[in-house]
Amino acid sequence: MKTTVAPLNFQRRGALLALVGNPNAGKTALFNQLTGARQKVANYAGVTVERKEGATALPSGRQIRVLDLPGAYALNPRSEDERITADVLFGRAHGEKRPDVVLCVVDASNLRRHLRLVLAVKRLGLPVVVALNMVDRAAARGRAVDATRLAELLGVPVLPTVAIRGEGMAALREQLDDSALWDGPIHAAHVGASAAPVQSADHETVQRILEQLGLDTLMPETPSDRIDRVVLHPLAGPAILALVLFLVFQAVFAWAEWPMSLIEAGTAWLAAGVRTLVPAGLLQSLLADGVIAGLGGVIVFLPQIVILFFFILVLEESGYLPRGAFLLDRVMGGVGLSGRAFIPLLSSFACAIPGIMAARTIPQSRDRWVTIMVAPLMTCSARLPVYTLLIGAFIPAHELGLGIGLQGLVLFGLYLAGIVGGVAVAWLLHRFTTVRTPRTLMMELPAYHWPSAQSILLGLWQRVQIFLARVGGIILTLTILLWFLATFPAPPEGATGPAIEHSFAGMLGRALTVVFEPIGFNWQISLALVPGMAAREVTVSALATVYALQVTDEAAAETLQPILAADWSLPTALSLLAWFVFAPQCLSTLATVRRETGGMTGPALMAAYLFALAYLASFITYRTALALGG
Amino acid sequence: MTLAELSRGASAIVVSVRAPPEAPEWVEWLEAIGFLPGEHVRVITHGIPGGDPLVVRVGDSTFALRRIEADCVTVQL
Repeated sequence: MKTTVAPLNFQRRGALLALVGNPNAGKTALFNQLTGARQKVANYAGVTVERKEGATALPSGRQIRVLDLPGAYALNPRSEDERITADVLFGRAHGEKRPDVVLCVVDASNLRRHLRLVLAVKRLGLPVVVALNMVDRAAARGRAVDATRLAELLGVPVLPTVAIRGEGMAALREQLDDSALWDGPIHAAHVGASAAPVQSADHETVQRILEQLGLDTLMPETPSDRIDRVVLHPLAGPAILALVLFLVFQAVFAWAEWPMSLIEAGTAWLAAGVRTLVPAGLLQSLLADGVIAGLGGVIVFLPQIVILFFFILVLEESGYLPRGAFLLDRVMGGVGLSGRAFIPLLSSFACAIPGIMAARTIPQSRDRWVTIMVAPLMTCSARLPVYTLLIGAFIPAHELGLGIGLQGLVLFGLYLAGIVGGVAVAWLLHRFTTVRTPRTLMMELPAYHWPSAQSILLGLWQRVQIFLARVGGIILTLTILLWFLATFPAPPEGATGPAIEHSFAGMLGRALTVVFEPIGFNWQISLALVPGMAAREVTVSALATVYALQVTDEAAAETLQPILAADWSLPTALSLLAWFVFAPQCLSTLATVRRETGGMTGPALMAAYLFALAYLASFITYRTALALGG
Repeated sequence: MTLAELSRGASAIVVSVRAPPEAPEWVEWLEAIGFLPGEHVRVITHGIPGGDPLVVRVGDSTFALRRIEADCVTVQL
C-alpha cells in the first residue's frame, strides 16, 4: 500500500464542516440553506471537479466554513468526483484540510441505500451529524421515519429537515453548535482492507435498522414511477424529449435576440460616446475599438448563457436530464458520446461557449472531454454573418422547385457538414482513444421534484460569475492584444490604402498568405482572419476594412457582396465557406476550453485539430472546384 | 439468470454480482448503488433501439444500466 504523503500546510484555517451524501439527497439545497449566497465556486486543485465552499455563523456565534463535497455512493471512488470526496474525508486531498465535522445528508425516503454511506463515514472516526432530508416526501408515501429512534440505532445525532423549504434548519444549526462535536478527539481514519465484504455487512446492518424502524418493506409505486411510464415510454418518451429540446433551442435563439440586440446597441452607443468625448487618437481607439468592443463582444453572449443555463438547471433539478440521457444513450453511444452530451452539443448551435460550459453535466471525464472537443463543430450563430455574406455574393438565387432555393440548400449543407464532421471526429476519438474497457452508465434516475427558485437563481448567478470573471478577463486581454496588432505600427506618412495593411496584423496577414495560398485565400482574406480570431463575425467587418470601406457592420455585408463577387473566384469563396465550417479561430471558445479542462492541452489540441480539418476541407474544396473549372 | 435477461416488468432478487475481467471494479460500483445479495430488483423499461440501456428499480432507487452492466448481476425469480 502506498504511504500517504502529509498534505502541505497552506490550507485555510478555521473550523470546517463537510457535507457528504449520495447524489440527489438534497445536499446542495441544504448547503444553500446553510450558507446562503456566501459561496465560493472554484475547482479542486488539479482536477475539474467543482468545489463549493461557503461560510456561516452558528447560533453561539461560532464561525464555520462549510464544504459541499461532490455526491458519492460510496467511499471507494468510481469517478473523479467521488475520489475527491473520499480523499477529503480521509484527509489526503492536496491542499484541503480534513473536515472537523461531517454532516451526512440522507434521503429519508431511501434510507436503504443512503444509510450505507453514513455507516462508511462513521468508520472514518470523524464526528458525524445526520440530516434526515426530504422527510415530507417520505411521510407523504406513508414511510415516516422516527428520527429519535434512528439516532439511537446509529449512535449519532439525526435531525429531520426539508432543505428545499428551509424546514428543520434552526434545529440543525443548534445541533451543529454543540461544542462536543468540534472539541472532541479526532480518531485516525482506518482504511478498510477490502470494501466488498464491508458493503454486504453494512447492507445487513441497514436492513436490521430498517426492521427496527418498521421500514423494511419496499416502497409502493411512487408518483415518479407513473411519470416515468410516459416519459420513458418507447414512443412517447423520444417525442417528449424532442419537444423539450426544440423548446430549449428555440428559447436560446429567439428569446436571446432582443437582449442581445440591446447589448449591441448599448455597446455601439458607448463607443460613439467615447468617440465624441475623447479626442481622436490612440486613447480613443483603445477605448472604443479595444476595450468597449472587446467587452461588448463578451457580454453579448450573456443572454444566451443565462437562458440556456436556466433550462439546464430546471431540467437537472427536476430530474429530467438523466431521463433524456437515457433515451439518447444508444444513439449517442454509437459514436462514443455520452447520452448527456445532447444538451452541450445542442447549445453549441447558438454558441460553443455555453455549450462547453454545459458539458459539466457529464460525469465521466473522458466523455466530457470528447464532447468539448466536438462542440465547436456545431455551427454557432456567429458563423451565420459570414455564411450570409459569401452565399449572397457567390451562390445564385436559383429556385430548385418545391420552394427550395439553392442558397438555402447551401446553408443547410454547411450546417450538415458541421454535424457530420462532429460525428466523424467523435467516432474517430472513440475508435482510437477508448481503452478497451466497456464504458459505464450506472446512472441514477432520481425521483422527480419541483426545482426550487433559490437553487436555480444561485446556480444561474454562479454560471454568470464564472463566465464574466474568468472568461471575460481572458477575452478582454486578447481583444486588446488584437487591437494592438491591428493598430501598430501606424502607416507611414503619405501611405495609401487602409491603415491595417501597415500594422502587425497586416504583416501577419501577408505572411499567412504563404500558408493560405494553396487553399485559394488572397492576402485580404488572410488578413481578415487575424482580427476574426476575436469572434468569427468580426471577419466580415475586417474584410470591409481591408477593402477600404467606411461603413457600419450591418451595411458592410451588403456593400461588400458586389466587391467580393468581382474580386474573388468561386473556388476561393467555396474554400472560405468550407474553412468556416471547421474554423478554429475563435479565441473566446479556446479560452473557455482552457478554463473548463483546466490546462493548455485542451485548447492547444482543439486549435490544432480544427486548423488541420479546416485546411484539409478548404484544400479539397478549392482544388475540386478548380478542377471542375470553377 | 442475469438481470439483463429479465423481461420488462419482471421482479427478482439479487443473488450475486460479478464483473467482466477487464473491469473488475464494477463489482464494487454495482454494490455501491445497491445491487447486494437479497435486494429486490425490477426491470421498469428497456431503451430503444435494441433494448439497451435498461431502467431498473433496485431497492427504493431507480438506475439506468447498460445491458453489459445488467449482465453482471445474477438474479433469481
